[in-house]
Amino acid sequence: MAIARNKREQMGLTGNSAVAMAMKQVNPDVFPAYPITPSTTVVEEFSSYVADGAVDTEFIAVESEHSAMSACVGAAAAGARVMTATSSQGLALMWEVLYIASGLRLPIVLCDGNRALSSPINIHCDHSDTMGARDSGWIHLYSETVQEAYDNIFQAVRIAEHPDVMLPVMVCLDGFITTHAIENVTPIGDEEAQEFVGEYKAKNSLLDTDNPVTVGAMALQEPYMVFKYQQSEAIKKAKDVVIEVGKEFEEKFGREYGLFESYRLEDAEVAVVILSSAAGTTKVAVDELRARGKKVGLLRPRLFRPLPHAEIAEALKGLKVVACLDRTDSMSGFGGPLFNDVRSVLYEVENRPLIFGRIFGLGGRDYQVKDALAVFEELLSTLETGKVDELIKYITFDPEAPLSVDGSGC
Amino acid sequence: MDKHTEVRWHGRAQQGIVTAAKLLGESCMQAGAYVQAFPEFGPERMGAPVKAFNRVSETPIRRHCQVTNPGYVLIADPTLISGVDSGCGLTAGANEDAVYIINTAKSPEEMRSELGLVGKPARVYTVDAAHISIECIGRMMPNTPLLGALARVTEVVPLESVIENFRKNYTKKFGDKVIEGNVKAMQRGHDEVKGL
Repeated sequence: MAIARNKREQMGLTGNSAVAMAMKQVNPDVFPAYPITPSTTVVEEFSSYVADGAVDTEFIAVESEHSAMSACVGAAAAGARVMTATSSQGLALMWEVLYIASGLRLPIVLCDGNRALSSPINIHCDHSDTMGARDSGWIHLYSETVQEAYDNIFQAVRIAEHPDVMLPVMVCLDGFITTHAIENVTPIGDEEAQEFVGEYKAKNSLLDTDNPVTVGAMALQEPYMVFKYQQSEAIKKAKDVVIEVGKEFEEKFGREYGLFESYRLEDAEVAVVILSSAAGTTKVAVDELRARGKKVGLLRPRLFRPLPHAEIAEALKGLKVVACLDRTDSMSGFGGPLFNDVRSVLYEVENRPLIFGRIFGLGGRDYQVKDALAVFEELLSTLETGKVDELIKYITFDPEAPLSVDGSGC
Repeated sequence: MDKHTEVRWHGRAQQGIVTAAKLLGESCMQAGAYVQAFPEFGPERMGAPVKAFNRVSETPIRRHCQVTNPGYVLIADPTLISGVDSGCGLTAGANEDAVYIINTAKSPEEMRSELGLVGKPARVYTVDAAHISIECIGRMMPNTPLLGALARVTEVVPLESVIENFRKNYTKKFGDKVIEGNVKAMQRGHDEVKGL
């Protein structure tokens, strides 16, 4: 693979190659990993960088994702800058250690190639893996494109290590759709990358024997809640840090990143709220309908944890109807996590918009422009009648023919 | 708005169509276009039918769904056409006037008939990519001759861009002998495509 020296030179990279390259440019101290589809090639390519001496990183090949995250915790507690990558069952196996990473305030950066959870077994994209970890105390950044996944890695390092935050960050990109698609990427230079992320000096380090600290001590009734309060305050502060780091990134490299992306939302009457790559497909539908004079728009959350609730409420307050599209089902009988969050966010809004939730694209089922158009049609008819017909529904899907295939299955 | 070219590759695992889509994407990108190149992954085993896709555009590409209405269909393995599932979705969704390029020793007329495109405005071309690849690189690898043929019959990308990108980005990986064999295969695919 060609390595760009010139920042204006474009490269054709898959999401995974771009992420691995960003990680190479960050040059972390430790990278424990256990590869899993569809994020395998992040680990594969990064380990090549290690073998080639392109980074100074200690690569730790472990025997499971539980051990991968445990090694991340140990290394981060020792004061190292730590990264890893995983997907699906791998993230699920990290579960208990994810909470330890955030509770210990360790600024680990993890890349997740979003993939459905078993059962049934499936290797393709949905968000059930990271959405299951939404309460784990990690900061969540969702990426629409290969470029954004690449850019988010650098920003994640800064956000995680910010003294007001000190929390782990997961950068999410859609499995296969983004991890395995080659797109145009404008990389940043190696030196610029180093300048941007800076040197990491952990506040506390297990290796600093002059200033010994205890990590992972027990905290019972009284102190436990103090720790949790501090953690809660820290993740709230992450929101401002995400804005600040995004601004600095834009000043240096010209690409704009905020808490979320608003697309043709200013004068919109109805809008779709949707994460990651499917937002791009939805934007095509927005443009088509705008050309026909329909006042439609889109909001794509980039920062999902912490939830920028006040800002999302402000952005959606003028709308009449909102559809939240989740690429996962919470199995609560009440829609997906994005729907529940946005519905809750709108509670305080005066003359709040009507809202409904749609679940789409589970296990990689294709979400096309026509599917987005159908959602907008529902939004526009709800605008007309002033009444939500069905609060929650599966789309990209015919419940009458749940096992049908498209006939081109070869 | 959102005007772009869509390409669909059909082949069998190990015939190099994922690499072909990658090469095409990179070549178009070097020529200044916005691109996507992505495979459709399923159960991976040698000989299984696989698809790969390209989008090429002058403006940034925002849709991230499968290519369902390609203007260009490249078929690396003609045995996909016949068989149990006749046609096997090779023409499914393709534009009426789509360009088909097939790896086969047969004539474009025969292939037009096999694909069920007689009397339709589709443009059908053939190139004996298997034969070319065996002569040029010593093994059956129909992807690079097909790329050469694509460069000849369409305006998606000029042959020089494909060759330049290939030499620039793959010499380190493959070594000179494989590179030059493939360059020759591209050139011959370009020169020997039938149906013009």
